[in-house]
Amino acid sequence: MRSTVNRAPLTGSGPRDPAPRPRLAVDLAGVAKSYRSHPVLQDVGLQLEQGGFLAVLGPSGCGKTTLLRCIAGFERIDGGRIALGNRAVSLPGTHVPAHRRHVAVVPQDGALFPHLSVAGNVGFGLPRTQRRGDARIEECLALVDLAGLGDRMPHELSGGQQQRVALARALAPRPRLVLLDEPFGALDASLRVELRRDIRAALHEDGATAILVTHDQDEALSMADRVVVLREGRVRQDAVPSRVYAQPADSWVASFVGDADLLPFTGTDPAGRARTAVGPVEVRSGGPGATHLVLRPEQVRIDPVGTGAVEGPVATVRDVEFYGHDTLTALTLPDGTVIRSRSLAAAAAAGDRVRVRVVGPVWAVPDGGHPR
Amino acid sequence: MALVATAVALIPLGYLLLRTGQQGLPAWLDTVFTWRSGRLAATSVALAAVVTAASLVIGVAGAWLVTRTAVPHRRLLAVLLALPLAVPSYVAAFTWVSVADLWNGAPGGRFEGFTAACVVLTLYTYPYVFLPVASALSRVDAGQEEAARSLGRGPFNTLMTVTLAQVRPAIVGGGLLASLYVLSDFGAVSILRLDTYTRAIYTAHTVGFNRDQALSLATLLVLLTGLILWGEGATRRAGTRYASTRPGRPPVVADLGAWRWPAATGLWAVVLVALGVPAVSLVRWTVAGTSLADAWGRIGEAAAGSLTLSLLGAVVTMVLALPIGILVARHHGRLTRFVERAVYLAHGLPGIVVALALVFFGVTVVLPLYQTSWLVALAYATLFLPLGVAAVVGAAAQAPPSLEEVGQSLGATPAEVFRRVTVPLTLPGIGAGAALVFLAAMKELPATLLLRPTGMETLATRLWSATGVGRYAEAAPYALLLVLLAAVPTWVIVQRSGIVRPAPSDATPPEDGTLLAPAPAAPLMVDSVAGEVGNLGAVPGTTTLRRPAEDVQS
Repeated sequence: MRSTVNRAPLTGSGPRDPAPRPRLAVDLAGVAKSYRSHPVLQDVGLQLEQGGFLAVLGPSGCGKTTLLRCIAGFERIDGGRIALGNRAVSLPGTHVPAHRRHVAVVPQDGALFPHLSVAGNVGFGLPRTQRRGDARIEECLALVDLAGLGDRMPHELSGGQQQRVALARALAPRPRLVLLDEPFGALDASLRVELRRDIRAALHEDGATAILVTHDQDEALSMADRVVVLREGRVRQDAVPSRVYAQPADSWVASFVGDADLLPFTGTDPAGRARTAVGPVEVRSGGPGATHLVLRPEQVRIDPVGTGAVEGPVATVRDVEFYGHDTLTALTLPDGTVIRSRSLAAAAAAGDRVRVRVVGPVWAVPDGGHPR
Repeated sequence: MALVATAVALIPLGYLLLRTGQQGLPAWLDTVFTWRSGRLAATSVALAAVVTAASLVIGVAGAWLVTRTAVPHRRLLAVLLALPLAVPSYVAAFTWVSVADLWNGAPGGRFEGFTAACVVLTLYTYPYVFLPVASALSRVDAGQEEAARSLGRGPFNTLMTVTLAQVRPAIVGGGLLASLYVLSDFGAVSILRLDTYTRAIYTAHTVGFNRDQALSLATLLVLLTGLILWGEGATRRAGTRYASTRPGRPPVVADLGAWRWPAATGLWAVVLVALGVPAVSLVRWTVAGTSLADAWGRIGEAAAGSLTLSLLGAVVTMVLALPIGILVARHHGRLTRFVERAVYLAHGLPGIVVALALVFFGVTVVLPLYQTSWLVALAYATLFLPLGVAAVVGAAAQAPPSLEEVGQSLGATPAEVFRRVTVPLTLPGIGAGAALVFLAAMKELPATLLLRPTGMETLATRLWSATGVGRYAEAAPYALLLVLLAAVPTWVIVQRSGIVRPAPSDATPPEDGTLLAPAPAAPLMVDSVAGEVGNLGAVPGTTTLRRPAEDVQS
């Protein structure tokens, strides 16, 4: 495993340690899966405690949907082990079918049963006696802010409402685990933010354990307690969102999660500083073998030449992208390197000469390839 | 399962080839290369060519006029132009002969021969071009035409280079369909006394009891049919690249100016002749027909016969269609493509050939089944299997695997998911398919004629025998019933084609603008029309199947 940062504590201080450990809801170890000899998942391990919310983040084709389908029981695994609660549900040769796993899925398109009303959908997973007019149905609809809409048919709902019903349907039978498969993919941006907030609140309120699969870093960072970054079927990093952003495991994760400019890194002086094209910077590192410095645009400050700082190299503004809430300025350094600076207001125009300084320490990472 | 079902559907073709093989190539060549055979070939091909050409002219022009121009009453005309589809060709032939006789006096009629066959077949064949083309035209994305216009092309140039290019697959497909239909037509050419392959096969078999000759002719017809099928498949493959996934804005309607009056007159003329002649005939003869002695008893008897055979046929067809349809919908691969092709190949065979092959098959292999309803049902299954398969595939699309997976993830066992999700979602589609097969079987003539148990009469056979001896009054009630029966699937097709009203996908989205409704049934249309009339093409690809390997391939 490449990264063990922030892993939920698995082993206590001794083999007979009586201290209670947090109960694991999901425990994957060494999971492998191939399609026609094409490996999709390789040695995937992750743990999630009861009530936790984990995001699996990765580009399309990284195997995240396959991982979700393996956990749900729609796919058999070729190697490793998947346990839910304290029961192993997937081992090579052993496969507990999906309907006995108590893992509810919220698919990308909602996949509401078109022939059932909203209440019928939400009650689908409940025992027969509770399917009609049970309090749990109303309770779940209230959780997703759809109280009173039980009699509607799915086609009468908007996309956002359909996703809410899909979540309520998943929560109703109180599953061990809720799997969300890019549940906001088909919605437009403004609606997505609101729905994210509400779904997160509903999951917390119900005490559900959930795994969200997404390629959207904003979604993963803002919703989950923990983020697992998946690339080409392997776990690249497993950490809390702030750490994934501030201390990426390698240059690939750094560039995939958020904007980053990578500068070559050869080593530090005894004071822990490195010489770079933007001048000497303070370096922090996760370990040996670092080859790149991760420069986040918000760490790069610019001032017009002649004002403020007098140290630091002078760069030429190449391009200014104005986003309203902030501005991204691309700069050409004296040695030709292009970096970006994020500031609240536009501080310069294309062609201007500005002085560049880096605020705070810079994270050094090993090479992990480039995502784009 | 699906393979067994496919094998059953291929029995007629396989048996035909086997018998021809046994007969030996020299003997086959001897019967095929004769003067008579050459004349038959010339007649059949010429008839197919003339009718196809005329159908293309009427069909494409009509489709363009009613979908893309401001011709008066264009919505009404669109529906009326599609309606001749509801008149089976032999019924049409009967009505024309009976009306012509009103003026000729002598029964037996002078309205027969090549020209008569061309006129009648064209008037009731052009909808097979008109409907797919009109449907395709009404779905062409206006954006493309606007792009062409903005790049400096004039309206006529845009029509020729952009619009018609987009619907070219529909035009070519419709044309091939029409030619296939004419080649396999038996009822109309027989009533109009034109010697084509189908009529010659029937005559050789029933009158001359000349099995070898009938077989040779049938094989030759199969070869011709195969050629057309191959052409159809090639166009379809070429056409896939035009397939537009989502309908854009409704297309712009051209203002014809003063030309709209002659255009409208032309279309009304086609409609009036095609629908008027049957109407006159039925009005003139039905009352007389129903007041004949014991008319109602005989009609009831024939209706009961039709009902029995068609119900049995629909059941057998759907039993075979279910495994094939599920295979096609859920699994993609070489085997699936083979099964699909095989089914459509069997379907492309002329009814008379299927019937003949099954007669021999019944006599030599399964004698206990010969002269029973089961053999007729088997013929229906061979002929109409694609209708059933298309319905099953469409129904399966209503219950995609993702829904079943969700059901399982909510704790329902596979059996429970089948009962609570799959069955309720697919039953309507499968039922509709069975109904279509049933109605198609009611109209079927040649296979019924050759295979029915002795003494059993159906609406179609009664009409045929009554017309054969010039008893129009006796035939008329059956014709009326058959037209009414055929009107039902016709109406379904017309509605689905989107020419009655704009496609349902134009519905306004809900407030947040993100309607996640499943794709409308629109793309199904061309195949449904085609399926109804003898199409061979791929089953609609509207199934939103989720394949597990998706993650790998994306």
